[in-house]
Amino acid sequence: MTGAAKANGQVIRTQSLTKRYGDLRAVDAVDLDVRTGDVYGFLGANGSGKTTTLRMLLGLVLPTSGEADVLGKPMPAARQDVLPHIGSLVESPGAYPHLSGPANLALLDATGSDRSPRQLRRGLISATLEQVGLSAADRRPVRSYSQGMRQRLGLAAALMRRPPLLILDEPTNGLDPHGIQEIRRLLLQLNNDGTTIFLSSHLLAEVEQMCTRVGVLHSGRLILQEQLDVLLQPTGMVAVRTFETHRSAALLGSSIVSVEGNQLLVRAEDPAQLNAYLVGEGIRVDEIGPYRRTLEQVILDVEVQT
Amino acid sequence: MIAVELIKMLRRPRTWLIVGMLIALPTLVAVLLAITDLGPRPGTGPPFLSAVLSDGTLFPLAALGVVLPLLLPIAVAVLGGDAIAGESQTGTLRYLLVRPVGRAHLLLAKLLTVVAFVLLAVLLVAAVSYAEGRLLLGRAPAAGTVSLSGSTLSQQELAWRTALALGYVIISMLGVAAVALFFSTLTRSSIGAALGTVGLLVASTVLLGLDAANALHPFLPTRYWLAFVDLFRDPVLWRDVLRGLVVQLGYLTVFTLAAWANFGTKDIDD
Repeated sequence: MTGAAKANGQVIRTQSLTKRYGDLRAVDAVDLDVRTGDVYGFLGANGSGKTTTLRMLLGLVLPTSGEADVLGKPMPAARQDVLPHIGSLVESPGAYPHLSGPANLALLDATGSDRSPRQLRRGLISATLEQVGLSAADRRPVRSYSQGMRQRLGLAAALMRRPPLLILDEPTNGLDPHGIQEIRRLLLQLNNDGTTIFLSSHLLAEVEQMCTRVGVLHSGRLILQEQLDVLLQPTGMVAVRTFETHRSAALLGSSIVSVEGNQLLVRAEDPAQLNAYLVGEGIRVDEIGPYRRTLEQVILDVEVQT
Repeated sequence: MIAVELIKMLRRPRTWLIVGMLIALPTLVAVLLAITDLGPRPGTGPPFLSAVLSDGTLFPLAALGVVLPLLLPIAVAVLGGDAIAGESQTGTLRYLLVRPVGRAHLLLAKLLTVVAFVLLAVLLVAAVSYAEGRLLLGRAPAAGTVSLSGSTLSQQELAWRTALALGYVIISMLGVAAVALFFSTLTRSSIGAALGTVGLLVASTVLLGLDAANALHPFLPTRYWLAFVDLFRDPVLWRDVLRGLVVQLGYLTVFTLAAWANFGTKDIDD
């Protein structure tokens, strides 16, 4: 399987990955499929099993059944081979509170067998801190950091060794809107440079703006996994905004899908053609365009179906 | 990895606070003895405390006798209990494990760090109390130190017996360290793990005072702690010292394996 996964460019692949706590199936037969170069948005409400899945990918939690291959190797069996190539941030960031940010990063780096040479470490740390918007000159202990600064430090720990795969749990948690934008830009930049990013989030808007592929977890089950542009592709419907809804509905007859307030959903391929027709019939059209579902609607639709 | 753990231990203010407390108690004892010249009545109180009034070179042993029953094991329980639970509390445990550090490797590094702390603490207590004994307490008799059996020990003999005693005290703490490490893998609370360990030691001490528990006595972790006193008899009385070693190695083995068995497959979901 190892070779096949690499050939497909599969970075994360799970098969029937399951974690049970007593009778509760926290993660239930999940088949993830993350490819090289993806920014994969792993969505789900709080408590839907996102974090447990991430922990299984990282070998922190052992699956009850099923398989997980990360970077082409089975986890958790191959964790010593796989983990050096993953940068991760799981739940709230942790640090030794009595030490400074740079000191924390230095200790963490020195812990692994792939530690940086001492003379390079300092430069690597200050470059990484700068990347996430912290200063290497800041010698304050982490206990005096704000939540946003801790989050940035956690990201720095994940990014430090320039791993080809990032597994991030709610990476913009605790950041202000400006900080969220900064980190989003940073992650997209890293992705541009070839980093595959697997991030969990409950913020649909964030995922919609960043991700190329999404998976949706609902009560431990993966109810949707698809390229984002496929999910958001045109629906073959046109949205028309007009005050003359009754007359329009009468004109269009069976091609009307729904009428809500002053908005009509019409089954039609070409908005321009529809517009010309309606205007020709003397209807005042305020707004017209192809109808796209938002990610929120897509997910709500799937949740209703399951 | 072990070097990093040592650095972490040495850079923690708490480590030095505990060492300071361990040194402060015998220092207080030395000062009080020097001022009052009142030793405990023979056969009561900590070992060597009467002897040091006439011979200050024995004070390191008296100092260890003062810290060994309570203060030193509590310090070991605090550090050992913090080993895994503390990392869990600060959220750094998962960072270490995905770095990756192998779980068995991490446990070993933590255990060795606690042992290194005991070594550091015992040596510092011995060094400081040696100086205090020379400065504040009685000068050694010109003929040499008198052993507990009444014979005279040469400087050389006193030196190796003291070195053995320090080693024995350090080994006596291995059992506590292993128990604390095991409790530390059970809970997220480092205070909880330390209190559990102290509870076990208190129970052991209580049972030692109970004749009905005679059958258990040889297996209790605190039973042979003060056996280092026997190293100062002439000839050395090895029986309890050797039994103490066996008991400590037993606790070390059992609880280290238990810690490994629990931590090796534990879900890290804090």
